[in-house]
Amino acid sequence: MIRISDLSVSIHGRAVLHDVDLELAPGQVTGLVGESGSGKSMTALAIMGLLPRGAALSGQIELDGHNLTDLPEVEYCAIRGQRIGMIFQEPMSALNPLMTIGDQVAEALILRQDMPREKALEAARDRLDRVGLAAPRFPLTLYPHELSGGQRQRVAIAIAIAQRPDLLIADEPTTALDVTTQARILDLLVGLVRDEGMALLLITHDLAVVAGVADQVAVMQEGRIVEAAPARTLFQRQSHPYTRQLFAASRHQPPQVDHQATAPLLQVQDAVREYTLPRPAPLQPHPVLRAVDGVSLTIAEGESVGLIGESGCGKSTLTRAVLGLEPLQQGRVLLDGAEVRAGRAMPAEMRARMQVVFQDPFGSFDPRWRVERLVAEPFHLTGRPRNWRERVAEALAEVGIDPHAMRRYIHEFSGGQRQRIAIARALIIRPRLIVLDEAVSALDVRVRAQVLDLLARLRKDHGLAYLFISHDLSVVRQITDRVLIMDKGKVVESGLTSVVMATPRHPTTRRLIEATPQIPADWLPDQITDSSSPLGIGPATS
Amino acid sequence: MRWSLILGATLAGLALIAAALSWVWTPYDVTQMAIADKLKPPSAAHWLGTDHFGRDILSMIMVGARTSIAVAVVAVGIGMGIGVPLGLIAAANRGSWLDEIIMRGNDLVFAFPSLVIAILITAALGPSAVNAIIAIGIFNIPVFARVTRAGAMPLWTLDYIRAAEVAGKRATRISVEHILPNIANLLIVQGTIQFSLGILAEAGLSYVGLGAQPPTPSWGRMLAEAQTMVTLAPHVAIIPGLAIIITVLGLNLLGDGLRDALDPRLREGR
Amino acid sequence: MLRYALRQLISLGLSLLVASLLIFLVVELVPGDPATFMLGTGAQPDTIAALRQQLGLDLPLPVRYLHWLGGILQGDLGHSFTYKTPISQIMLDRMQVSLPLALMSLMLAILVAFPIGIHAAANRGKASDTAVMGVTQIGISLPNFWFAMLLVLVFAARLRWFPAGGFPGWSHPAAALKSLLLPAIALALPQAAILARVLRSALIETLDQDYIRTARAKGLTQGQALRRHALRNAMIPVLTIMGMQFSFLLAGAIIIENVFFLPGIGRLIFQAITQRDLIVVQSAVLVLVAAVILITFLVDLAYALVDPRLRRR
Repeated sequence: MIRISDLSVSIHGRAVLHDVDLELAPGQVTGLVGESGSGKSMTALAIMGLLPRGAALSGQIELDGHNLTDLPEVEYCAIRGQRIGMIFQEPMSALNPLMTIGDQVAEALILRQDMPREKALEAARDRLDRVGLAAPRFPLTLYPHELSGGQRQRVAIAIAIAQRPDLLIADEPTTALDVTTQARILDLLVGLVRDEGMALLLITHDLAVVAGVADQVAVMQEGRIVEAAPARTLFQRQSHPYTRQLFAASRHQPPQVDHQATAPLLQVQDAVREYTLPRPAPLQPHPVLRAVDGVSLTIAEGESVGLIGESGCGKSTLTRAVLGLEPLQQGRVLLDGAEVRAGRAMPAEMRARMQVVFQDPFGSFDPRWRVERLVAEPFHLTGRPRNWRERVAEALAEVGIDPHAMRRYIHEFSGGQRQRIAIARALIIRPRLIVLDEAVSALDVRVRAQVLDLLARLRKDHGLAYLFISHDLSVVRQITDRVLIMDKGKVVESGLTSVVMATPRHPTTRRLIEATPQIPADWLPDQITDSSSPLGIGPATS
Repeated sequence: MRWSLILGATLAGLALIAAALSWVWTPYDVTQMAIADKLKPPSAAHWLGTDHFGRDILSMIMVGARTSIAVAVVAVGIGMGIGVPLGLIAAANRGSWLDEIIMRGNDLVFAFPSLVIAILITAALGPSAVNAIIAIGIFNIPVFARVTRAGAMPLWTLDYIRAAEVAGKRATRISVEHILPNIANLLIVQGTIQFSLGILAEAGLSYVGLGAQPPTPSWGRMLAEAQTMVTLAPHVAIIPGLAIIITVLGLNLLGDGLRDALDPRLREGR
Repeated sequence: MLRYALRQLISLGLSLLVASLLIFLVVELVPGDPATFMLGTGAQPDTIAALRQQLGLDLPLPVRYLHWLGGILQGDLGHSFTYKTPISQIMLDRMQVSLPLALMSLMLAILVAFPIGIHAAANRGKASDTAVMGVTQIGISLPNFWFAMLLVLVFAARLRWFPAGGFPGWSHPAAALKSLLLPAIALALPQAAILARVLRSALIETLDQDYIRTARAKGLTQGQALRRHALRNAMIPVLTIMGMQFSFLLAGAIIIENVFFLPGIGRLIFQAITQRDLIVVQSAVLVLVAAVILITFLVDLAYALVDPRLRRR
């Protein structure tokens, strides 16, 4: 139905897509997989005819044999929505905040199909029912801010399928969502393909996501499709080296670090943190949100502990309390037996025993400071030694960054390199505990594998303890000894990581594990990948 | 949009040079009256003509530039010097009573009709350039406080601020080391805008007789004096206005150009 | 919605209270004794003292403040020394000039700014955008009293289409409108330039939002996406500016009123200051500040009408 051939796109003269060929058939799910910047989204925008300014395109995009690339803009508007629909990654900003969801779904029907408003709203009702936002609970008069992220993504889907297009493009539709929501949205998309005979182009960076749903998979690297095959075939046998690297990295297991039970380093005892919310009506009492509700946990010297939960479960609040950035209402946090207090009350010498690595490789560094000053910032706690530049160089070398990069600014580094620099910053004052707050979540799969290896090595070399906070079970499985599952402010299950993962007891844990996309076991290739390190990085420790 | 930076810098530079030059040299003495030569149109002897006392308009424009620029610069300095720290404090204590008081105070100052209050202040303290500076400067404070706070607020949610807190740094230190350098471009741009508004305000105040007092020449008073003879000798009224427009336009273009040049989103193609 | 309005209303009242105190104190700083001013410097000291007592000027400062405030709460703005009439009456007369002038200017500014701002945003980066924005730069740089002078020079002195100044009163509506038109244009042009620029940048910001992409993906044309989605979302900053402009036009027309000899509020205050009629200054400024605060309040309510997210707060 849609046949893309020799599609090349350049933006302001810089080539971003090279000779892309792709065929999308009705009733078929095509997974388009690649790392960030590989050109997946650009391919989608090219099909939609919504390329950014300054883009030049060559090649063909044929819809039922008619080439779209030379279509005038007016006629393209009739293709968009009616023949091809699209949903985007960020559900929180994809909807107009000032318009009701009913109007947003009905709008294109009224404008493009000249449907009377009543009829269009009826159709919108039907579409919203179809995406799981059924009538009494979700009236058409709701505004986007009254819905959760998953619900908003459902509205976005309803908008995209309102005119029953033949092709639906979904660009990372679940990346911004929790795993359980992700599973439900993917189910919905696959159901729509089966029921309505649509073609679905599912764009994602996550191999496991396509494994569950795609009929065929195309892998993109640097603007090229390097490999395309039926899903099962591709998962069992990869012919292109890049695809092999991707698969190896997604299954990569960092070296295990043996850990013997020792003295407790960090203890959280019955921690409670509440927030008062605005009054629902005048003169009524403020409702109270218990973000952290009686949490206790212990991390021993040199131990790696995972803390898992979906957004809003309280793990971020707990993290801030552990770091002494936020006070607790009840309970306490002990580091080496001394109490952690928020703000000025906490002595520098104590803060120095604990450092942190954040998720966002872009927001973690002051863009106006040089790397040497950034990495040296924690010396504020200990006093800056005379040889601080040597110490910075040492720390950078340790995480695999050329010490000559000290004089550079952070924008000159890639996401993976930034995360390494963040680790160097945490290491510089030789803390005993590092809090890793979603520290690898924003990284591409190959880079993630490298950073996980690095973390395992550092832990072994320095006897570091980790508190690893994540929403992603598969990452936590790879790097922690013990794991705690949080839900609605409480720890609902804890134990050895391997045990919890194999035999989850609490329903929340089970729900999380079931929802996590996995490559089916019988799809795995016959032999585990070749022994040479596919990641192309430094010394493999095992 | 580089042209706006260049054109803006050229025009504003012109006013600056005229002002600087007036300290050492003007074509004629601005206090020298020559009634015989009054209201002469532009000529080789008087490039921009003469006014109703026969004074050389070019010389008066040059010295007037000095007054305008001095008043505006000091007024911006007052606004920045007080407004920026207030904005930083409000942002560092966002959501607290301190933030609330500072921002409410800002709103309140905004609610006063600035020109009326400026007139009131100059009436209370007596008309002079210094009091014009104070009157204009006071209304610059909430502008800078607001811009500073608005620029600082999103920064406070970023992880590098968390990292600095984990490194044991206090809010004051973080404000100075991390926040201020990262909002400097906002402040520079706002500074040029307030600078140009200051020149307009000074002209307005001296036009109604509340700015710099005679014999100090000022653009606004030149306009006021020209008003009655605007039909007789339009150049006497038009030229000081053009001087104001050129300076203010230059500063506005400069601000625009700086905004583009300093915006990280527009730099390095990111 | 009600809660939101209530909260705004309370802060409105507090602001007014603080404002009244500030105004009172600043006016107290103005040198010159009203009684001396009224009677002339040659008057006998005991006559002056008697007048001071009659005017209540001999009372301590806090008492006088409370008297003034109490009077205002009962709708009594006080009596003018020079006009010998209640200030509320004078204010009402002057408002008949200032309010229509401000409204006319704002309407003119909106009429000019909206088409320009929308056109520029829709064609951003193109030659017409650059040209239009260049013109607005000049508009912003224009001192309005100078522009007013040029208008008078051309349209009143040379062409004689409009009067050069004065106000005939509303008993002659056509003549009254005619005499307000030139001042309104002089006031409106720089404001239109500001408004057009704010509208353009607000629109460009919203045009970059994800929901515009969603709208385009469902088949809306560029123009439909702009009109139906971007424009309303861009209204919040535009409303803010429009509120500020109206306040400015109401009170800030002092200089323009001087150029055109219009009996407006600004000129009233200006003359009252020079004549040391301090009670007029005090009350008139307070009325203006109250008007500005009220406009801000109305703008805040307008936000809530535009944005459903504010309604439940």
